[in-house]
Amino acid sequence: MTDAAVPKGPPPSLLELARVFFWTGVFSFGGGLTGWIHRQVVHQYRWMENDDFLSGIALAQVLPGANVTNLCVYVGYRIRGGWGATTTLFALLAGPTVICVLVAILYHYVADYPVLQACVDGVAAAAVGLNMRIGIVGAQRVVRKLAPTIAMIATFVAVGIFQWPLVPVVLIIGPLSVAAVWPRKARDHA
Amino acid sequence: MREDSQLSAYLSLMAVFVPFSLVAIGGGPSIFAPIQREAVDVQHWMSAREFVELFAIARVAPGPGSMLATVIGWKVAGWAGAFIATAALFLPSSILCLGVSKVWNRYRGADWHTALETGLAPIGTGLMFAGVIAIFRLADAGPLSWGLAALVAGALTWRPKTHPFALLLIGALAFNIDLYLAH
Repeated sequence: MTDAAVPKGPPPSLLELARVFFWTGVFSFGGGLTGWIHRQVVHQYRWMENDDFLSGIALAQVLPGANVTNLCVYVGYRIRGGWGATTTLFALLAGPTVICVLVAILYHYVADYPVLQACVDGVAAAAVGLNMRIGIVGAQRVVRKLAPTIAMIATFVAVGIFQWPLVPVVLIIGPLSVAAVWPRKARDHA
Repeated sequence: MREDSQLSAYLSLMAVFVPFSLVAIGGGPSIFAPIQREAVDVQHWMSAREFVELFAIARVAPGPGSMLATVIGWKVAGWAGAFIATAALFLPSSILCLGVSKVWNRYRGADWHTALETGLAPIGTGLMFAGVIAIFRLADAGPLSWGLAALVAGALTWRPKTHPFALLLIGALAFNIDLYLAH
């Protein structure tokens, strides 16, 4: 709830941006990437505001391509423009690209160790908790307003429970949700 | 001769992954099935069993799940293949995303832009919750996974400054204890 009140900090250098996204990439197991990026850029370094980040998530998921690289491009662009986007994308992918191949090379030696498998599963499950946390932050901002709450729940039920295809769902709920918060003055002029 | 075949391997990696980059609507998982078809049945890069193995490797290693392309590239053409496949899958969609972000950003501050952002934010939130379910469904997760994720989310809500490393470590530990008790 306090997120909106948190002032934005000064923008980082490209090197600082690269450093943060490199380590985010290296330690991102099992799809917790978005949660981790959110924690870094919104909470810890305050390079971005929460609503800006959340609308970036929606944008990243609607556009084609991996959600997290799209988000990365969006976040990098918002923080430091085109070079920022280039930096975040390459920094995020550099580590995992190399590690992925190393894991493939070593795979046959380690596949039989259940302890290692348990570590991977445990880290992956905990990483999902990071994503849940973004949901909670978003939900806290939304619940006092009726229309956004309905939009949030409808999206969750359609995509999460019913597993309906994401793009048509967003194309239907998106305009309705935006219309509900459209500024009155602008509507009068139209 | 050998150089020729390397080159054609690079080119076919690009020919396969560049289009996938631009049709992967809704993220990486949406193209896993067509990638499998292409890699196993069409290009004959590997057997179905080898594909499943690479899929597991991509899931175990850090990074987005779409790193599947990276390990396929490695399998087909070594390290160079890994880099080429990674670039082929991630660059086209990223360039498109940069273009859209630019347009999106130009109108920042306008009333309608604020309305779009306020309207889209709850959808992003809903998608995050939906994503949690989707990941666990894919991984066939049990109560331990759910409990752990809830614990992590709770800990971060209660103490936002908690370092994620500590929480990931607790996750690895919990699963190992579970493994130990199961024996």
